[in-house]
Amino acid sequence: MVTNGPLPVLTAKDFENDLDVRWCPGCGDYSILAQMKKVLPEVGIPKEKIVFVSGIGCSSRFPYYLSTFGFHTIHGRAPTVASGLKLANPDLSVWVITGDGDGLSIGGNHLMHAIRRNINLNIILFNNRIYGLTKGQYSPTSPVGHKTKSTPFGSLDRPITALTLAIAAEATFVARTADRNPAHLQYVLKRAAQHQGVSFVEVYQDCVVFNKGAFDYSIEKGVKDETTINIEHGKPLIFGAKKDKGIRLNGHTPEVVSLADVSPDELLIHDERAPDSVLAHILSQMAQPYLPEPMGVFRAIEEPCYEQEVLQQVADTTKKFGPGDLNKLYRSADTWTVK
Amino acid sequence: MSAPSAEASSSSRNEHVEERDSVIVRFAGDSGDGMQLVGGQFTNTSAMFGNDVSTFPDFPAEIRAPAGTPAGVSGFQIHFSNHDIKTPGDDLDALVAMNPAALRQNLRSLRKGGILIVNSDSFGKNDLRKANYESSPLDDDSLQQYKLVKIPMTSMTRDAVAEAGLGTRAADRCRNFFALGVLYWLYDRAPDATIDWINEKFAKVADVADANRRALKAGMFYGETAELLQGRYRIRPATDIQPGTYRQIMGNQALAYGLITAARLAGKDLFYASYPITPASDILHELAKLKNFGVRTFQAEDEIAAVGSAIGASFGGAFAATGTSGPGVALKSEAIGLAVMTELPLVIINVQRGGPSTGLPTKTEQADLLQVMFGRNGESPVPVVAAAYPSDCFTMIQEAFRIAVEYMTPVFFLSDAYIANGAEPWKVPSFENLSKIEVKHPTARVDDGTSGDGFLPYTRNEKNARPWAIPGTAGFEHRIGGLEKENNTGNVSYDPANHERMVRLRQAKVDGIADSIPLQTVDGPASGDLLMVSWGGTYGAVSTAAAEARREGLSVAHAHLRYLNPFPKNLEAILKSYKKVLVCELNLGQLWLLLRGKYLVPAEKYNKVQGQPFLVTELTEEIHRILGS
Ligand code: SF4
Repeated sequence: MVTNGPLPVLTAKDFENDLDVRWCPGCGDYSILAQMKKVLPEVGIPKEKIVFVSGIGCSSRFPYYLSTFGFHTIHGRAPTVASGLKLANPDLSVWVITGDGDGLSIGGNHLMHAIRRNINLNIILFNNRIYGLTKGQYSPTSPVGHKTKSTPFGSLDRPITALTLAIAAEATFVARTADRNPAHLQYVLKRAAQHQGVSFVEVYQDCVVFNKGAFDYSIEKGVKDETTINIEHGKPLIFGAKKDKGIRLNGHTPEVVSLADVSPDELLIHDERAPDSVLAHILSQMAQPYLPEPMGVFRAIEEPCYEQEVLQQVADTTKKFGPGDLNKLYRSADTWTVK
Repeated sequence: MSAPSAEASSSSRNEHVEERDSVIVRFAGDSGDGMQLVGGQFTNTSAMFGNDVSTFPDFPAEIRAPAGTPAGVSGFQIHFSNHDIKTPGDDLDALVAMNPAALRQNLRSLRKGGILIVNSDSFGKNDLRKANYESSPLDDDSLQQYKLVKIPMTSMTRDAVAEAGLGTRAADRCRNFFALGVLYWLYDRAPDATIDWINEKFAKVADVADANRRALKAGMFYGETAELLQGRYRIRPATDIQPGTYRQIMGNQALAYGLITAARLAGKDLFYASYPITPASDILHELAKLKNFGVRTFQAEDEIAAVGSAIGASFGGAFAATGTSGPGVALKSEAIGLAVMTELPLVIINVQRGGPSTGLPTKTEQADLLQVMFGRNGESPVPVVAAAYPSDCFTMIQEAFRIAVEYMTPVFFLSDAYIANGAEPWKVPSFENLSKIEVKHPTARVDDGTSGDGFLPYTRNEKNARPWAIPGTAGFEHRIGGLEKENNTGNVSYDPANHERMVRLRQAKVDGIADSIPLQTVDGPASGDLLMVSWGGTYGAVSTAAAEARREGLSVAHAHLRYLNPFPKNLEAILKSYKKVLVCELNLGQLWLLLRGKYLVPAEKYNKVQGQPFLVTELTEEIHRILGS
């Protein structure tokens, strides 16, 4: 756990710096930055112990716009740099800012391994379903048929679901939120910060220049209540503008039922603490146009943090063999003396 | 080697003992025959006896190559002597061949008149066929020029270990100790250290320990009683070795010790990240055992993650290193560029092997020099140092770290398969006598008002190094990254003039390291007919050849480079003090290219790329050729 001394009360302003923010006007990244600045003073960690590490892409400019420590690394490799930093200095609160191209394409391998080790990192993946910085090619999360500069006749690639990947890698904290839902975004970021172990958060993020409106189906008033579902621990899955629909499991398959026909007892009850990842996996596969897309915390379980175990092993070996004595080490083989 | 002088031994029966100055032996057998193990035992025993020793293990890349075939042959060569030696030697005085394939692969190295000990039990039809022999070379006169000693080692070992009660397969696994016993007798070595080793190693399997002890002794008794070996040899302890306490050490082990030592000398913990790769993995294995020295090892998911995590650890204030071989360096190169740009201290170890691509994973080569010099995008200078022999890894890795933190830069450390796996005596240092490595992290805030935060991460000291401010230090919050920086503030800058200024600054910083490294030394005359230049693991062979040439009266000097970027300041003057310069490398002329490019000297080159080290005789011939003598 990061230490909590008596802290000066910080505000969002304390996390600003004097660099001009250079995202396109209207970009969803602005909201994420704004919510982050509001959340950071509330997580009880001194500013100097917070580090933002990013890869390459629009989202990865994030560290430059905060006044914490920051490291803008290379494409896809932020989880590796963050892992080393956390291992060297477990006292820090380390955030990884990545995107769908950075995290799921070029850096997919690192993402998977950082997650399965359960290093106490907060990984925030801005999913805009497009390559923005390179000016508009399809990404691993773009839907089939998506027309972009590199797919003028439509994308043939089958997209990946970020959360399914994270859950398959046994992420101990998995959540989804959206740039245009500030209160929910703040809630999820705060939960991620509090979680001990790896936190993986997908943020639906609008790229207003190259993929405008990609998430309108999930955020616009009037449709969002039908297309998304807020999941909360211990509560049945109910959605719809009139709260008149629910999700029931038919075998392993979730289905939409009307509460007019089905009693709430039959609905799927969310359990973010389920030790196995089956439920989280099922939720992560719920997608439009067939099912509402869950928003909120899918999974939050407690498992030992990798960096703590690394430290523990060092401590245990030191206890067992005594603190390393170099002169003894040099002489740890047969020796002989030349006179 | 001096002419053998016969004298009667007082110790044993009426046998014949010859004094020798030095001897070269090689154990060769199938990969599963335990040749590396007994080679190591022979080396240890000889070193403890007081000989100088140098070894060359040579094994196949395949873990289980088809048994009995030439592809699966594993060898271990030991050169031991009564004086200072620097190479595992050229021609063998004795060869132990455990099967026909080992004979086929190694016979060419045995000198005429040398002792050839074979396991005659393994020369059956099948064995011969696997090694492509139509008939047994033991039965015709093809081995006439050697002192052939046929020993039915398999059956003799089975008999010897019968009482230990092992099955046949397990009994046969003791054959290597039988062979070792024969050589112990032949070279008058005491088996005590090996018996101690067996007792410790097999403490939990008493029958195996018993069997191996019996096999070893049976081999020794066989030597004593059989008429086949007509005498034995004595190689007295070396007398021209510096006084002190010694142990045997291999290159990768010396490197691991050096890494921990460097961190300790700076009062730091070591972070070592690596992805398994031959021939560098042993560094990770060694360090993983030594956690009680505050070492954090991280086996990353790939080469890129290994270097990435090391960069992250360095940002976090750790002494960070990543170890690999050439293919891994290729994968790490983008991240090394990031370390150049962010000016973070980092040591990248390249234990070179034969390339390109997967190449010859277990064999030695020096063909990555230009890769580490230039294998990155953009103007991306990285200092390079190289170890000359196994124990030199201990010293030079400390240098690599010193440079890294003093100049805030990634540093390449070059080793190679030959150094990594080779063993030699090492004069054990005392930690207290090693030079400290000074590290400073700013903690007092500099507030000159030019930046919102006050702290300017890209200001520079007199060495052009920027401050190493680490996360967790209040008032020093700053952002770094791979985009071009403005000097002082470290803010992202696309300004054309700033880019050129920064490119030149980074180069000047690395060039300036020349002020902090020792001047180049030369063995032999300070000017003359020929200067031999070498770097890395060829030190032993080149220095031996040059010294022999001088003994012949030739004007031959030798400069061995440990600092390859930047070069020592006096190197140009040295190169220009000789009529001819010959650069000897296990590549097609990489240092040669650098020296000619930088100093416009008409240097010549001598190259070998066979995955094998230089032989002294090859170099001697080349010296004669070039001097027309
Ligand atoms: S290109 Fe798209 S993602 Fe990038 S800054 Fe502009 S709007 Fe945002």
